[in-house]
Amino acid sequence: MKLEGKVFKYGDHIDTDVIIPAQYLTTADPKELAKNCMSDIDKAFAKEVKEGDIIVGGINFGCGSSREHAPLAIKGSGVSCVIAKSFARIFFRNAINIGLPILECDEAVNDAEKGDIIVVDTDNGIITNKTKNKEYTTQPFPEFLVNIINSGGLINSIRKG
Amino acid sequence: MGMTMTQKILANGSGQKSVTAGQFINCSLDLVLGNDITTPVAIKEFEKMNLSGVFDKSKVAIVPDHFTPNRDIDSAQQCKLIRDFAHGKEVENYFEIGEVGIEHALLPEKGLVVAGDVVIGADSHTCTYGALGAFSTGIGSTDMAAGMATGKCWFKVPSAIQFNLTGKFSKYVSGKDLILHIIGMIGVDGALYKSMEFSGEGVANLTMDDRFTIANMAIEAGAKNGIFPVDDKTLEYIKDHSEREPKVFAADDDAEYDQVININLAEVPLTVAKPHLPENTEAVDKMEKVMVDQVVIGSCTNGRISDLKAAADILRGKKVKKGVRTIIFPGTQKIYLEAMEKGYFKDMIEAGCVVSAPTCGPCLGGHMGVLAAGEVAVSTTNRNFVGRMGHVDSKVYLASPAVAAASAIAGYITTPDKV
Ligand code: SF4
Repeated sequence: MKLEGKVFKYGDHIDTDVIIPAQYLTTADPKELAKNCMSDIDKAFAKEVKEGDIIVGGINFGCGSSREHAPLAIKGSGVSCVIAKSFARIFFRNAINIGLPILECDEAVNDAEKGDIIVVDTDNGIITNKTKNKEYTTQPFPEFLVNIINSGGLINSIRKG
Repeated sequence: MGMTMTQKILANGSGQKSVTAGQFINCSLDLVLGNDITTPVAIKEFEKMNLSGVFDKSKVAIVPDHFTPNRDIDSAQQCKLIRDFAHGKEVENYFEIGEVGIEHALLPEKGLVVAGDVVIGADSHTCTYGALGAFSTGIGSTDMAAGMATGKCWFKVPSAIQFNLTGKFSKYVSGKDLILHIIGMIGVDGALYKSMEFSGEGVANLTMDDRFTIANMAIEAGAKNGIFPVDDKTLEYIKDHSEREPKVFAADDDAEYDQVININLAEVPLTVAKPHLPENTEAVDKMEKVMVDQVVIGSCTNGRISDLKAAADILRGKKVKKGVRTIIFPGTQKIYLEAMEKGYFKDMIEAGCVVSAPTCGPCLGGHMGVLAAGEVAVSTTNRNFVGRMGHVDSKVYLASPAVAAASAIAGYITTPDKV
């Protein structure tokens, strides 16, 4: 899968309360959740984000509660991929399980700035920052994880399988 | 390159000769667990798949323990939903009031987990079974649904931190003090993604109950799992509780660890974690005086028989400080009965404690002992986040059963030798 979009860049320890504050958890509809995604630290995000855009974060992205609403809100925003230095464990799982591609790459995170255009080749684990003209390699997902993401999540992949 | 103990179990579970840290695998499951909070969400996902049944009726465990006996109408409805599902799908390990206990105390006791198993649970403290030499970890509700459907779960193979233990605890010091001490040392994300693998001659000096307590709180250091080597004590425990054969795995001699931390058990002090993070630890005898309103002894961390014994031994013949509400909640019915037969409950009740049913109750501020604004509790549970046991302005100090019991008598947090 090839993904392309512009970068929204955030710092370390972006927790699930920042991604989607608890007061908006009365729905599990991704589009509804998306309206308030990142609102605590970036009011403009929900308005500016376009289909395909990419969130870049630092270490421990998605820490805090195990709510699946957090990756759902990001996916509902149209974001195609999250690149971070590291992800909190249950966020990582939940993201994959709902079909949101995520990648870990320190260098790509360090170099990326808001508005950069990044292309991600998930099959080969290659991240290209077109704006900075740089390429990075990460460990590509194995076939069955790619299948989960391409099917739109774990439950869909099982239904198809 | 050699494998860690966790990696060996995951290699076996995924049918591979070897696995390496960072690799993604699909693993067969020996048990899939859910409770009354997480199972309803998993059932919704499960039903999207239109399957006639779960992958194996004997390998799914559904434990309504958080808001039971039902706290209110909402929790009664949730429990009814999972009860109907469990009966409809003929889930063999569904436990009703009268036999139910706190999930992580109950499953090992029922013999549902043995060494070498791969276990997932839609509850973060599923890591408890690492005490038995099993790989077990907490996951989300979608994972539980998929696990019930297919008997498989995907994992990213973790690297590990090795904790090399030597020596013996000094008097009154327990597994709880050790794990709090460790979390204080490495922090709440100190073992993120990783296994915490315990080893060394000191392991032999830890009881099985100590090991359950330690593995239980691996998640409080961000770990994927905490695991103990299988020794004679483990095998004896498994033999006493399960018909199943354990599969014994040991780390390779040349296994690579991200970090090796040496701990002499004799140097571990009686430790508490102050509000509002488990990493805010301090030795009890160095603390300022902290008055307490409530003392809670129990939970999946410290609601086992040796925990109740440790508390009873201190409370026997004494009285809890007037005004300090002291609530005991044992882990399971079996533990309850044994504590009754051994006279621990008599000691506790005579000292002025109340004994509640086996339930999560006060641990998550659910019921049976919720805190008001400004109140302070010392608790043998595992989390002291803001509002964890009640009002956002309440405070929780985490401690061992011995320290909690002593604090109940004194009315402030103190060590057992002072009361
Ligand atoms: S006792 Fe507390 S930590 Fe343990 S399972 Fe229940 S709510 Fe969770």
